[in-house]
Amino acid sequence: MAEMAIKKKRPKNLDLPTIRLPLPGILSIIHRISGAALFLLLPFLLWLFESSLTSAQTFASFKGVVDNALVKIILLGLIWFYMHHFCAGIRYLLLDLHKGIDLKSAVLSSKIVFGVSIALTLIVGVKVLW
Amino acid sequence: MVNRILVGAHYGLKDWIIQRATAIIMAVYTVIFLVVIGSVGPDSLETWRGVFAGGFMRFATFLFFISLFYHAWIGIRDIWMDYIKPDGIRLLLMIATATVLVGYAGWAIRILWRT
Repeated sequence: MAEMAIKKKRPKNLDLPTIRLPLPGILSIIHRISGAALFLLLPFLLWLFESSLTSAQTFASFKGVVDNALVKIILLGLIWFYMHHFCAGIRYLLLDLHKGIDLKSAVLSSKIVFGVSIALTLIVGVKVLW
Repeated sequence: MVNRILVGAHYGLKDWIIQRATAIIMAVYTVIFLVVIGSVGPDSLETWRGVFAGGFMRFATFLFFISLFYHAWIGIRDIWMDYIKPDGIRLLLMIATATVLVGYAGWAIRILWRT
């Protein structure tokens, strides 16, 4: 039985320049990378949250850190990671419910996730950081 | 005869459900949080503290943090299980992850209840 399965002819595509990760795959790996990055930066984010709430002095240092251009770019990146993780996560919950599991809708919903998460990042980023 | 299957699906069902339940809690909180900062941003210490001083927001934020840390535990543990093959290193990384997350939970509670 096992041997028969191995001998079965399967389509092969080893033309490397033509192989690329489809959009739902790109969405998936960014979902993982964004989750890992948000986890790694948790101490920084908790520290920011703490300074913003504790006292006048810590609030001033919070403002000082957030006013730094480099920090603003990092925070904008983290907002995008959060929004991507959020939107892609909602897409996964719908997939769990067997909504949109055919190829066409899976690609379409991936496009929607990228569009919505980037739009939300710009809106929230501008509102909070500038 | 005991017919217990030791490998395969359904041993991770509890975590699978918790990962999704915590995701839904965080998604709802995210919407609430975005609505709140739409009107009150961290512009002055007094108003910003006021946001989290109310019973509802403090409890909701607490629930968000606890969901976040449990959700992060499942996700990061999955990453270690996918990429780290030596058992010893994997176990060490899992313990380190769980330890920092429990620490973060204590930290988050202190932030919220000192405000």
